[in-house]
Amino acid sequence: MSIWQKHAIFEKNSIILSLGIVVVIAIGGLVEIAPLFYLKNTIEKVSGMRAYTPLELAGRNIYVREGCYNCHSQMVRPLRDEVERYGHYSLAAESMYDHPFQWGSKRTGPDLARVGGKYSDDWHRDHLNRPQAVVPGSVMPAYPWLARTDLDYAHIGDDMKVQALLGVPYSAEMIASAAADIKAQATPDDPGAADLAKRYPKVNARDFDTNPARITEADALIAYLQVIGTMVDFKLYDDKANVR
Amino acid sequence: MEKYLSVAEFAQTWGLVYFVAIFLAVLVYALWPSRQAAFDQAARMPLRED
Amino acid sequence: MAQNISSGKRITLGEGGTALVFAVFALFCLVVAANAHTAAYAFHAIIFSAAGVGAVFLIFSNYARRGDALPALTIGGKPNYNYGPVKFTAIAAMIWGVAGFLVGVIAALQLAFPVINFDLPWISFGRLRPLHTSAVIFAFGGNVLIATAFYVVQRTSRARLAGYLSPWFVVLGYNLFIVIAGTGYLLGITQSKEYAEPEWYADLWLTVVWVAFLLVYLATLMRRTEPHIYVANWFYLAFIITIAVLHLGNNAAIPVSVFSPKSYIVWSGVQDAMVQWWYGHNAVGFFLTAGFLGIMYYFVPKRADRPVYSYRLSIIHFWALIFLYIWAGPHHLHYTALPDWAQTLGMTFSVMLWMPSWGGMINGLMTLSGAWDKLRTDPVLRMMVVSIAFYGMSTFEGPMMSIKSVNALSHYTDWTIGHVHSGALGWVAFVSFGALYCVIPWVYNRKGLYSLKLVNWHFWIATLGIVLYITAMWVSGILQGLMWRAYTSLGFLEYSFIETVEAMHPFYVIRALGGVLFLLGSLIMAWNIYKTITATEAASPAGEAALAPAE
Repeated sequence: MSIWQKHAIFEKNSIILSLGIVVVIAIGGLVEIAPLFYLKNTIEKVSGMRAYTPLELAGRNIYVREGCYNCHSQMVRPLRDEVERYGHYSLAAESMYDHPFQWGSKRTGPDLARVGGKYSDDWHRDHLNRPQAVVPGSVMPAYPWLARTDLDYAHIGDDMKVQALLGVPYSAEMIASAAADIKAQATPDDPGAADLAKRYPKVNARDFDTNPARITEADALIAYLQVIGTMVDFKLYDDKANVR
Repeated sequence: MEKYLSVAEFAQTWGLVYFVAIFLAVLVYALWPSRQAAFDQAARMPLRED
Repeated sequence: MAQNISSGKRITLGEGGTALVFAVFALFCLVVAANAHTAAYAFHAIIFSAAGVGAVFLIFSNYARRGDALPALTIGGKPNYNYGPVKFTAIAAMIWGVAGFLVGVIAALQLAFPVINFDLPWISFGRLRPLHTSAVIFAFGGNVLIATAFYVVQRTSRARLAGYLSPWFVVLGYNLFIVIAGTGYLLGITQSKEYAEPEWYADLWLTVVWVAFLLVYLATLMRRTEPHIYVANWFYLAFIITIAVLHLGNNAAIPVSVFSPKSYIVWSGVQDAMVQWWYGHNAVGFFLTAGFLGIMYYFVPKRADRPVYSYRLSIIHFWALIFLYIWAGPHHLHYTALPDWAQTLGMTFSVMLWMPSWGGMINGLMTLSGAWDKLRTDPVLRMMVVSIAFYGMSTFEGPMMSIKSVNALSHYTDWTIGHVHSGALGWVAFVSFGALYCVIPWVYNRKGLYSLKLVNWHFWIATLGIVLYITAMWVSGILQGLMWRAYTSLGFLEYSFIETVEAMHPFYVIRALGGVLFLLGSLIMAWNIYKTITATEAASPAGEAALAPAE
């Protein structure tokens, strides 16, 4: 009997066939995924990166809820036209606190990895309400309900607890003051603004949707959009330090 | 860096040999002449009615 | 346990235990509904609770109707095939297919005419697009795969499907998952991970269903009276096992609370991106390829009445395909912050993947050698053969697009969308249509289809739709990619982003038209299937309906 007849064992035993399949499919996944948790350039920390404020996190959850990733990427590739169009190419570290990542796969609309600070809050408010009013020819759906809906942040502290468990640097103090921080960030001249800025350096605190009476979903989403890609100061960033 | 280079070198040499060997083993198995009859039998399985 | 001949009718441990578990489950879901953080989540908890009550009701009403003993494994020495779950999933596939294509058409129209979003949250493009992809991949494709897997494993094992309630748990549970996932997107419940959008509780439910699927499948294989496991079953098994592994890896998430629909994935940033596209590309490789190759390896030889061209090639095809596919994911992340070595590995394996893919294509096509005349007379076989040709085309296009310099142009554009649809419409949907056209008359014990002429109409209308779709996307994708990188003679970017969006409009209209044609074809098919079940002659006397149908 030739040793080549040993394959018959796969053809005649479903459990061994199953194990064979598991072994074969495990190889590629392990080789490609496991090293990413150890290699320097995928786990490096870059100065300036901080956790999202509660308001930004709530805004990010709205970004996720509405499926923005279907049309907007958040990943500038190091290609000449992209760097000129959008800004510095994206670093791995810039999405290190993103659960889930939102790099996207399609640009029906432009990349948003560097959208923070590019437009005014008013522009975002009008654009979300009726995109064609500010960008004629846009095919983006309108999101008029965001400015009409009060932000539900009753449980945002729980969200931060889970994120802290996953390695996002939320301290017990940050979690305890989550609701106060949301108010402080979305209300002009709020007495809590100083504490907020201590917890979250360089935070934008203002009334994002120009409706000071309420904290709406538009407040949260615009706060998130305005912070995307702005945490790392590229005047100070040394791109040679991260090779491999 | 050094660890990366040595792992990369191992993968690019022995990894390659290993995969080629497995591939050849599958090829030889599938093409071994004495298996022909069994395979022909197997191929007719969907066509036999009970 | 199930086959014991009992004196008098008794409820089995399986029936009683399952009913009890579902009763407890229904109660638990009510508690969750009462405490839910959001109304949408309460709605889902109530659906789950109702499903639990429904399951208890079904188990007892079935107990009241059934005979003293559970169905025999064999009748007169022949296997007593269980076609109920096959029928259910085949019909479900048809209905979900039409629904999924319709949502696709609406989404396509929204991109051409954004006013069709109607400013309503539930149907805005960002929520509708995942509904479309999940409906066609998991609802339509998934039901086709379960239907054909349960049919093929019984026929090639010559044994009745294992389990009494469990196959029904698989098919009903799977479709419950679809309902939860789909309504969730519309209500804004999503993980925003492509093709893995359902939230944690839907994922948990699917995990239970999927394990049951694997066990039913394996137990049926173990019952087989044939010494050899036919190659189609290898592909189905690889599909079931790998999807389980991928599903667990890519949905490792921690819920905010048992009363909240929201969860956070344990991976972040680069690692999450890699895990996502390891999942994403292998959902293509094992859900949309391996599973449907299982269909090809059974239904094409069966319909052509010829053994597969080369059984040896099928063995090489199998191991090479499943080994290489698993590496290909990083080609979705070219030029991103993923390390270069991983991108290069992904590209290399994607290019190599061309070979086993074409090996499979050749094996499928050449099965018809000596019987090419059947393509003229049998539109069902023609549909399957054309699907294999589309498979060959998109598995050439895919490796090409995975080359980094090509990908620099094609990535983020409609070219990717066109590529996906040449695979999804041309390969997956066509081979599914072919398999459904075959299997429905077989399991319903019909002499044949109601009308082959209508199959012919379906074939041509749908083919025209595909051609319009993919050519429009080629042009718009390449055009947009080139416009993004166009420079003026002074060295400035030539086009603003919005100019490239406006240039897409005519192609989006053509694409929507292609989608309408494809939808039209599926409606013709639905009508044909309906008439086949209700208005054609039975193939053999009703009493033997469970036995082998003649062709």
